[in-house]
Amino acid sequence: MSDKAKIRITINGVVHEREAPPRMLLVDYIRDVVGLKGTRYGCDTSNCGSCTIVMDGRSAKSCTFLAVQADGREVTTIEGLAEGSALNPLQAAFQEAHALQCGFCTSGMVMSAHALLAHNPAPSVEEIREGIIGNLCRCTGYVPVIEAVQAAARRLDPKGGTP
Amino acid sequence: MYPAAFDYSVAESVDHAIDLLQRHEEGAKLLSGGQSLVPLMKLRLVQPTHVIDIGRLGGLSDVREDATAGVVRIGALATHAQVGASTVVREKLPLMTEAAGVIGDAQVRGWGTLGGALAEADPAGDWGPVMQALEGRVECTGPSGIRVVEAASFFVDAYTTVLADDEMITGLQVPVPSKGSAGAYLKMERRAGDFAVASVAVQLELDGAGNCTKAGVALGAAGLTPIKAVAAEEALRGQPVAQETVEAAAERVMEAANPLADVRGSSDYKRAVCGALFWKAVDMALRRHRGETVKGGHVR
Repeated sequence: MSDKAKIRITINGVVHEREAPPRMLLVDYIRDVVGLKGTRYGCDTSNCGSCTIVMDGRSAKSCTFLAVQADGREVTTIEGLAEGSALNPLQAAFQEAHALQCGFCTSGMVMSAHALLAHNPAPSVEEIREGIIGNLCRCTGYVPVIEAVQAAARRLDPKGGTP
Repeated sequence: MYPAAFDYSVAESVDHAIDLLQRHEEGAKLLSGGQSLVPLMKLRLVQPTHVIDIGRLGGLSDVREDATAGVVRIGALATHAQVGASTVVREKLPLMTEAAGVIGDAQVRGWGTLGGALAEADPAGDWGPVMQALEGRVECTGPSGIRVVEAASFFVDAYTTVLADDEMITGLQVPVPSKGSAGAYLKMERRAGDFAVASVAVQLELDGAGNCTKAGVALGAAGLTPIKAVAAEEALRGQPVAQETVEAAAERVMEAANPLADVRGSSDYKRAVCGALFWKAVDMALRRHRGETVKGGHVR
């Protein structure tokens, strides 16, 4: 039982093929096998959303997946957004709007917002609120987060933007 | 937290999945999106010796109308998000669109599946009451073929369904309500992302005079299984939907509810919530029937 499985995941455009036991969680594969520590390990009970990544275009809580479920899939983590030292528009908007304080939820929050904007480039405030329901933030009260997502939406799609 | 160790296989077809289920009997669990199974395994409330991954099976997530049979067929692996975004579902079964939008959060909706949620049979699940109100049917596929089970008799107990150890859900058949039918799904939560305090699904068919010709009423988080409130349906059927009728039906709803007291409230409180949500859902259905746009879903 629990022999190792070969798991091949494309993370931020790079193919990683490693052996891991089937019971290993995706968040552990990303953080400890591949070594990308930007994805946070928060509540470990599918509630807080700090471990959110984007997999095959859909946001996903990486503590709620076995690594084997991601075999053959494409994952984007927070490390995959910036180009070199240039923050992507969403990250820049979080910085400018002070959409973080302690920063623990931020990588997951940004990845949820990233998936939201990919599906809905001009979300309403209500849609942003619904889109980040799976991500808890204990510092900001969410208002600056919503403002940052609105600002990023305007920057990414100047014709859109939120009312 | 790691789940207990298990053997893992990827099913290449429905037949292959059933063959694996037969070989491993009650120690095996099917994994589709894993949005309920993985947390349960991490808490070691479920400890399968064998996990059979059906998450990549093709052809099991289609949504299509079968006009001859008068049903919409939905593959078991359709995610909540796919159901919520489906044009066919929005046009034919808007009650399902409404429910799909309030399941979990975006992360869960993108990966959790309709079949998986029904098979898990969480007492607070959303699809159970919705399927019962719409009189949906569950396609259970086993070694000897498909048997079709009414949603009203699919659930046996908390986390327990009529599925045999070597059966899997492959799809849903949901009858399309007649034109002039309207419904609402309402779920009360203490806060975003929590399990429901209670939820109510209502689907009414109304004639030109405003009489109810058919009613589907079902409750979630109101007992160990979803509850089809048959007495409430009977109280509405054939009647004008007026104050007295709805009042009588709401009494039947509260009698049908059998909620357990927990951190979300006492049994009496939850029973009262069921009655209140039912009133509100009937009112919404009537307003929708008149062509008004009304937002249902969450009640917080």
